[in-house]
Amino acid sequence: MGELAAFIVLSLVILIPAVIVVTSRNIVRSALSLVPTFLGVTGFYIMLQAEFVAGIQVLIYAGAITVLILFVIMLTEGGSGVDVRQMNEQVPLGATAALWLAFLILVVLFRTQWPAASGQPPAYNAATIGSAFLSSYVLIFEVTSLVLLLSLIGAIVIARREE
Amino acid sequence: MTVGLTHYLVVSTLLFCLGLYGVLTRRNAVAILMGIELMLNAGNINLVAFNRYVAPGAVNGHVFALVVITLAACEAAVGLALVMAAYRSLETVHVDEINVMKW
Amino acid sequence: MLAYAWIIPLLPFLAFWLIVFFGRALPGQGAYVAIGALLIDALFSIGILAQVLGGATYEANLVWAVLGNRTLEVGYQIDPLTAVMLIVVTVVGSLIFIYSVGYMHGDPRYPRFFAYMSLFAASMLTLVLANNLLLLYVGWEGVGLCSYLLIGFWFERPAAARASLKAFVTTRIGDTFMFIGILLIFFTVGTLQFDRIFEAVEAGHLAGPLLTLAALLIFGGAVGKSAQLPLHVWLPDAMEGPTPVSALIHAATMVAAGVYLVARGYLLFFSSPDHTALTVVAWVGGITAFMAATIGIVQDDIKRVMAYSTISQLGYMMLGLGVLGYTSGVFHLMTHAFFKALLFLGAGSVIHAMHTNDMKEMGGLARAMPYTYWTMLVGGLALAGIPPLSGFWSKDEILLEAAHNNQGLFILGLLTAFLTAFYVGRMMFYTFSGTLRSHHAHPHESPAVMTVPLVILAVFAAVIGFVGAPFLGNPFGRFLPFAGAAHGEAGEAALGFDPAVAASSTMVALAGLLAAAVVYYWKWVPSSTLRRIGRPLYILLVRKYYWDEFYRWTVVRPTVWIARQLRVFDLYVIDGAVNAVGTVFVWFARLYRLFDLYVVDGLVNLLGWITGRVGAVLRHVQTGRPQNYLLAIALGVIVLVIGGILR
Repeated sequence: MGELAAFIVLSLVILIPAVIVVTSRNIVRSALSLVPTFLGVTGFYIMLQAEFVAGIQVLIYAGAITVLILFVIMLTEGGSGVDVRQMNEQVPLGATAALWLAFLILVVLFRTQWPAASGQPPAYNAATIGSAFLSSYVLIFEVTSLVLLLSLIGAIVIARREE
Repeated sequence: MTVGLTHYLVVSTLLFCLGLYGVLTRRNAVAILMGIELMLNAGNINLVAFNRYVAPGAVNGHVFALVVITLAACEAAVGLALVMAAYRSLETVHVDEINVMKW
Repeated sequence: MLAYAWIIPLLPFLAFWLIVFFGRALPGQGAYVAIGALLIDALFSIGILAQVLGGATYEANLVWAVLGNRTLEVGYQIDPLTAVMLIVVTVVGSLIFIYSVGYMHGDPRYPRFFAYMSLFAASMLTLVLANNLLLLYVGWEGVGLCSYLLIGFWFERPAAARASLKAFVTTRIGDTFMFIGILLIFFTVGTLQFDRIFEAVEAGHLAGPLLTLAALLIFGGAVGKSAQLPLHVWLPDAMEGPTPVSALIHAATMVAAGVYLVARGYLLFFSSPDHTALTVVAWVGGITAFMAATIGIVQDDIKRVMAYSTISQLGYMMLGLGVLGYTSGVFHLMTHAFFKALLFLGAGSVIHAMHTNDMKEMGGLARAMPYTYWTMLVGGLALAGIPPLSGFWSKDEILLEAAHNNQGLFILGLLTAFLTAFYVGRMMFYTFSGTLRSHHAHPHESPAVMTVPLVILAVFAAVIGFVGAPFLGNPFGRFLPFAGAAHGEAGEAALGFDPAVAASSTMVALAGLLAAAVVYYWKWVPSSTLRRIGRPLYILLVRKYYWDEFYRWTVVRPTVWIARQLRVFDLYVIDGAVNAVGTVFVWFARLYRLFDLYVVDGLVNLLGWITGRVGAVLRHVQTGRPQNYLLAIALGVIVLVIGGILR
């Protein structure tokens, strides 16, 4: 019972700010609305007994990415506060597409027989994930770190001011 | 009623479609990136939900979700750097005004 | 040697082509090539004669075409008749060619002359060698063509152009009859080979009135080519051609082709019931001989005298053949070839010196041109029939046959002999005796290249008659008897020498010469008196019995009128129809153009227009904006998912 209530609350915390994100005329408001969404997703992770992922979600998404977005908004014209039109001409069609897609996925979703659960979650989540990264998924781990390095360098190179 | 897999999937679906709507209809490049982040998050929810309900003993979903988060961060960084660079030379962040390569 | 006789007509034929293409570049501007070809042929002919005298004969055949179950062949034969004709054509021809080198000297179309003469020689030799009517007809047409070309050699002169056309058209009438006769024979007997035709005649497959008709039709061709009545009108006009042409073609050879034809096909004529065909031949010949001689005595043009003389003598030959005197006719052909060629060449020599044909302007040329005078004297006396020259022997033999078979024709022959001698004397006296009547002519003897052939021919004219002389055993008669003598009727071998006939013919000839001397030499009865006394007769003779006028009114004018009507028809009906067809096609073309323009082009343009409009609409999809593309993708995914769900 409590689980259901928590679920509903978290869903609302995720979805309503998400609506604000995609419809607000104020870009800063959109950016800030990302935070509750991300935090709601973190709550979902915890409910799903994925503590490590929840922690990373908070750190990176709610922390780094939101800040990054806000930085860029400030550095570009969005931070001036001027009221400009934020929605383009595709609104009707886009809304139709999104709604239809949602509808169809839900139809498929409800029709499908999802497989049943089996097994117990591991005792130490983070440790298990860590050792998985360094054994079965080591390649992914290494490649991801490379990608991080590259994007770091890339971002710096792209964004630096030409002297 | 217990919370089942389907509940989580419904939420992620709605989140995904909201993100899609944002990508399709927003003029500001940064707003589009925000929509993309929403879509990625919806995908992550799916991954972790399936891990918990279908194969709780494994950590595949978690690993996948972590990688997605990491890559999302990289992509956000590079994308925003591009927006910055574009703003610097084209003076605008509204994508429908950026048509230098069009005839 | 006989096996290679097919080369004989080929040599002058090759000469013709060589001269046509290389003309002036050849030795002597082509003359030597022509002479060379014919001289080789002459030697060849002498060789053949030697072999035939020894009794050899030859025949060779080649299939030309097959019509159903009948075949047409080409081939040649060598028998005594052929051997004689070969000698005549090649020897007389060679001498005339040599003479022409002098006569035609300086003519602008000198090589062309020898080309035509060579072609003529080739055709005549083909004609003579042929062993079937088809090949003979080929040669027949060939000599006709060359006659046309050579009569009209100086075609700038309107008289010459008209004369050549007249010759060709008149002989064509004869040729048409002959062709019908050939067809008649072909469809009755199934072949055109002489030997097989004769077999059929003897077997009775071709007999009775049909045979007579066929023989007379063939004779029609001879009437045209040999200038017998009524197709004689072209020969006097043919004198417009150069004199060597007159000598070769219109005295010695082509006109003799008709006589040869009757001789070659003699069995046809002989086998017609009651000898009807031969009787016709004889009377046509006799009347022609007499009539032509009468016209000859009033002609002032030296060549015209000779022309009418030729017509007359050809009539004599026909007469001879007609009274069952096969050998005599051919004999006279041979002797006549020599002395008539001689007379023509001599006349040419005179014309060359006097630059005129008119005897009234001549006179006293005997001193100025001795060679010409003496040779022409020999020729003239031979023509008149004075023994022992050649003409006497052959003419006497004809008269002998006539006396034996048909008294009427005998009398006619004697009268003609008188007239012949008369006009010979007239001609000789006018030309060579007395004093020169023209004031501006300076006659002199002709060059050797012309006088040497004259001398050679004079020798022949004098002695060739002896081969048929009875007191030498008539070797000619034994050489060339009529094969049908076995039938028992025609047998001139049975006829010996009749002194009465010989004496009467000689008397008559001497009388004629004497009469000519009375009028023209001693002038006791001047010709003007004669003309005044017999004025109506004189007019009739000078107008040539009005034959030409008769033909103009009955044949020429209607034909021209018909031609004019046909021209109108051709112009308006035929051309009109053709133009109408053309116009209709043009209309169709215009319609089609409209169709092409609006329908076909319209369709094509429509396609283009559709493409343009569709493109103009669809290009708006390419906005260049990723958000639009993403929307499209999303919509597409939706559609696919719906499709997947509904499946």
